[in-house]
Amino acid sequence: MTDNCQILTGNQAAAIGVKLSGVQVVSAYPITPQTSLTETLSQYIEGGELEAEYVRVESEHSAMTVCIAASTVGARVFTSTSSHGLLYMHEQLHWAAGSRLPVVMCCVNRGVGAPWSIFNDQQDSIAQRDTGWIQIYCRDNQEIIDTVIQAYRIAEAVYAPVMVCYDGFVLSHTTMPVEVPDEEAVRAFLPPYKPHTILDPHDPRNINPVIFPWRRMDAEGCLRDGYMELRYKLQKALEEAKPVIADVSRAYGRIFGRDHGGFLWQYRLDDADVILAGMGSIATEATMATDMLRKEGIKAGVLGIRLYRPFPREEIREAIGNIKAKALLIFEKDISYGYEGALCSDVKAALYGSAVQPPIHDFICGLGGRDVKASEIADGVKASLNTVDEGDSRPQTIWLNCRKG
Amino acid sequence: MGENIFKIDEREYILPGSRACQGCGLSLAYRHALKALGQNTILTIPASCLTVLHGLYPITSVEIPCLNCTFASTAASASGLVAGLKAIKRTGLTVVAVAGDGGTYDIGIQALSGAAERGTDFIFVCYDNEGYMNTGTQRSSATPPGALTTTTPVLTKLEPKKDMLKIMEAHSLPYIASVNPSYPRDLYEKFTKAKLFKGTRYIQIYAPCPPGWAYLPKDTVKIGRMAVETGICVLFEIENGRFRFTGRSKVLAKKGKRLSVADYLDAQGRFRQMSRDQAVQLQQSVDEKWEEYVRRAVE
Repeated sequence: MTDNCQILTGNQAAAIGVKLSGVQVVSAYPITPQTSLTETLSQYIEGGELEAEYVRVESEHSAMTVCIAASTVGARVFTSTSSHGLLYMHEQLHWAAGSRLPVVMCCVNRGVGAPWSIFNDQQDSIAQRDTGWIQIYCRDNQEIIDTVIQAYRIAEAVYAPVMVCYDGFVLSHTTMPVEVPDEEAVRAFLPPYKPHTILDPHDPRNINPVIFPWRRMDAEGCLRDGYMELRYKLQKALEEAKPVIADVSRAYGRIFGRDHGGFLWQYRLDDADVILAGMGSIATEATMATDMLRKEGIKAGVLGIRLYRPFPREEIREAIGNIKAKALLIFEKDISYGYEGALCSDVKAALYGSAVQPPIHDFICGLGGRDVKASEIADGVKASLNTVDEGDSRPQTIWLNCRKG
Repeated sequence: MGENIFKIDEREYILPGSRACQGCGLSLAYRHALKALGQNTILTIPASCLTVLHGLYPITSVEIPCLNCTFASTAASASGLVAGLKAIKRTGLTVVAVAGDGGTYDIGIQALSGAAERGTDFIFVCYDNEGYMNTGTQRSSATPPGALTTTTPVLTKLEPKKDMLKIMEAHSLPYIASVNPSYPRDLYEKFTKAKLFKGTRYIQIYAPCPPGWAYLPKDTVKIGRMAVETGICVLFEIENGRFRFTGRSKVLAKKGKRLSVADYLDAQGRFRQMSRDQAVQLQQSVDEKWEEYVRRAVE
């Protein structure tokens, strides 16, 4: 391996990942904190470092539309956005996934209004959970550059779009040392996109027309899918993406020396009495809380969740089942209003029927950029352990570092 | 101009058995437009009557490749096709977006303005049937004043029709044309000509709609002709800013004589609740527009 370590922000790391991936069409609309990523890509393209078309659209809705149409004619495409930009794309996210296109996007996670917040949480991408996109959450800038490259190989293997999510400002604007992969090695890992050109005047087709609920004969008398069969195939593609994601992660690890764990990653988890689970930079913060707690004699460990859709149900059951922890504490930067954090619901559902069922507390934290210190996580863990030790095993939703009443 | 009608391509790109309504003005225009555009075309269309005309999966009545897109995204979809084809170095194809007046004047205007401002190399075609006809005749900003729609069911449309051609002209496009299915030769020639330009070209089709406008399907061509005779629809083209009348409108401009809008209004059920004041105002605005065109005409 070449040794090319650079000091990069998360957005710079993502931009280099896009360049190394040989993207052919970029279309984006600026929004904080994504902006510097698209600015960097403009520089690459206008400066001749990346041979690609850059479509400077008038909205995020159009940015995703450009990706959809350009991908349909066979180009490798990229866009990125945050927060309201992602919400504005919502319709097109469904259209991209429904069209089974290998679009890759970075979501630089930011809170959503009203009222306005430019700061980080993960409500934006969590709110897009059911659009048919694969969602991967990165914990640091190294993982961002590596995941962008991996995302194309995953998307083009399973024909589903991939959203690479990372925390705004916390990662997007924070510099860290990043190993930049060798260009030739990336090209070998990720060969040029081989499109199945489907818009061809010599073989005219009507792509994404109105479809009936039921199956229907075509002109040759062959029975074709109805709407529901197509939805089943998308679900199946996401389920089948799991072994692909695992393989891609391992293959990347073999070539570049970094395997970010595919679905999950662990930190001091083997002998843990209490499990701290989360996605993205909050899980990184939890590793520091773990070190603090361990110094105080509390055996904490972190279960980092990298893959959110498709959800790694079996792997989470196994990881938690292998450890006889007395509490499972979820730390997440989103809320499904009127219920609990979305990740907590998903983890609980994964554990349904499992032999190991530790009490679960859901910590809603860091919304709209509210700072979450490792010491605050550690304090939350200690309070939860007290509750559990007193014999109260009921589930709880706790708003960390938030004045109530 | 002045090409013989027999020079129109014999090949049909719309196969028999399309799902469009009887007497559909769009179908008539689309048939001749596709003949002019020819095989090396890629279409993109939003939710509209045209989605229905193109057929329901897995059968299509149109022999040109087509990417269906969402309502608000038509011109952005065309931008993506153009960028994608350029990126994969595929040349010799014309990208054409076709939307209704809802998909152009209203929900599609942002993407269209964006694509036009970027000078995206494509033809945007608006077929203007003056309302949301695919969903059953609701008001759009292209609906003329005095028309009954299902969302202006009692008072009729009270506001004037938006001048989309003027909006598109404000984007400094190389080629803009107004066409009408009752004049297929004029329409064919304009589509043929539009292909020769680079950048964003805009063609607006006046598209009579029997169920939406409440007249008999057999009268589509007649209604289209009356629209031109009165100046409700004006056949013209604007080439790099130079306006000229074409076809029948050119003849009318020379004669200096047009019919009053009264007969046109009487021929359609949608205007049955139109007030006298509204009719007078409509005549006035048609006259003013016509005078403006006459002043601008270069020949």
